Amino acid sequence: MDVGVDYRRVIAEWAAKEIKPGMHVNLGIGMPTLVAGFVPEHYNVMFHAENGILGTGPYPIKGGEDENLCDAGGFPVTAVPGASFFDSTMAFGIIRRGYLDVTILGALQVSEAGDLANWIVPGKRVPGMGGAIDLAQKSKKVIVLMNHTNKSGEAKIVKKCTLPLTAPSCVDVIITERAIIDVINNELHVRRILAPYTMEEVISSTEAELHFS
Amino acid sequence: MNHVRQISKVVSLKEALSHIKRGTSLMYGGFGGIGSPPSIIEALLQMKVSQLDLIGNDAGFPNIGIGRLISEGRARSLLTSHIGSNPNAGRLMTENKLDVTFFPQGTLAEKIRAGGMGLGGILVDVGLGTMAEEGREKVEIQNKTYLIEEALTAEVAIVYAKQADEYGNLVFDKSARNFNPLVAMAADVTIVEAEQIVPNGELDPENIVTPGVFVDYIVQSEGVNWQWMWE
Repeated sequence: MDVGVDYRRVIAEWAAKEIKPGMHVNLGIGMPTLVAGFVPEHYNVMFHAENGILGTGPYPIKGGEDENLCDAGGFPVTAVPGASFFDSTMAFGIIRRGYLDVTILGALQVSEAGDLANWIVPGKRVPGMGGAIDLAQKSKKVIVLMNHTNKSGEAKIVKKCTLPLTAPSCVDVIITERAIIDVINNELHVRRILAPYTMEEVISSTEAELHFS
Repeated sequence: MNHVRQISKVVSLKEALSHIKRGTSLMYGGFGGIGSPPSIIEALLQMKVSQLDLIGNDAGFPNIGIGRLISEGRARSLLTSHIGSNPNAGRLMTENKLDVTFFPQGTLAEKIRAGGMGLGGILVDVGLGTMAEEGREKVEIQNKTYLIEEALTAEVAIVYAKQADEYGNLVFDKSARNFNPLVAMAADVTIVEAEQIVPNGELDPENIVTPGVFVDYIVQSEGVNWQWMWE
């Protein structure tokens, strides 16, 4: 797959358009963290980090890092006005109680029912689920950012996940370098095909059935 | 002040850590090493203590936080939510040298809190329809299905705090709080490593996160002795 250096930023920029003023948002590790940079400051979005911060701000200026003020990926952050710190039960109480409007995370597989698999490849890679199950199951809107296919070129958008699930029927939007796809009533509806890809290329790299309206 | 309590739980590292032996069940604070007690972990490495049953959020990084003990093969089991940041943990698990049990992070935190609060367990619907429900009893309440998750306790907890008074009242530091106040409540013996130890009466009672009643020993921190990934 050769889609140019900036495709991760392109995906992140599309994802940022899903975030509305005043929302509470959790960004997963990796590509999702790029999304914050595309959300206008005047939206006053409160970013939630499951290690115990509501109201994370951008990376501090070089030399201004605080080793005890980091996001869930372990990278230094800042705290915006109105931010709060709390323990891990509070961090997850906020999630379980349904206060997160949007969570943005990566995936190994997504099915046409919106099932998400992103925490284990049995026998190969077993990192553990961390907070992914809580976030995927309890956030109002779940947005997956990922490459359209895996490193071997196999489809990641599948009829049925073959990997163990993180949560069933939880994904609302899939954004890849090839397309933006909405999960609506157990169907995948292509909202937009992203340049330079064609409809044929999107269909042929997707195992699940796609709907075009 | 006309009535200053003289009680002090401040001891040497050696005295505090005499409670940790081969096979001790040990809860630890920290999230990716942030908020894990560096001087206690260093001393445990020096002590050659092994066969630990660890309970905590994650496996740290290979040379950061609890990851230092795991990388050295000092644990025989680990109840956690994530080991992805420490490849040594994954390797030891694959070699059957480390028995790892995973829980969704919020469930793990709440199981420890339940242990600390004297409860038998919690009811939670996170993980229904996934591997996280395997082997769990289920219960229906108001037409909703929940998993029964038992409370967790341990013999010893190791905690990092920004400030402790001599009685053991604790204040934490930003995202270094994470699991620390939870494990502090859930063990028979709670050992706190504090960046700063102050006389009783110095901390505002209104701002104390962990009441000193949960704390058994306080040791002075010598500061973080590992290099962070971002440095």
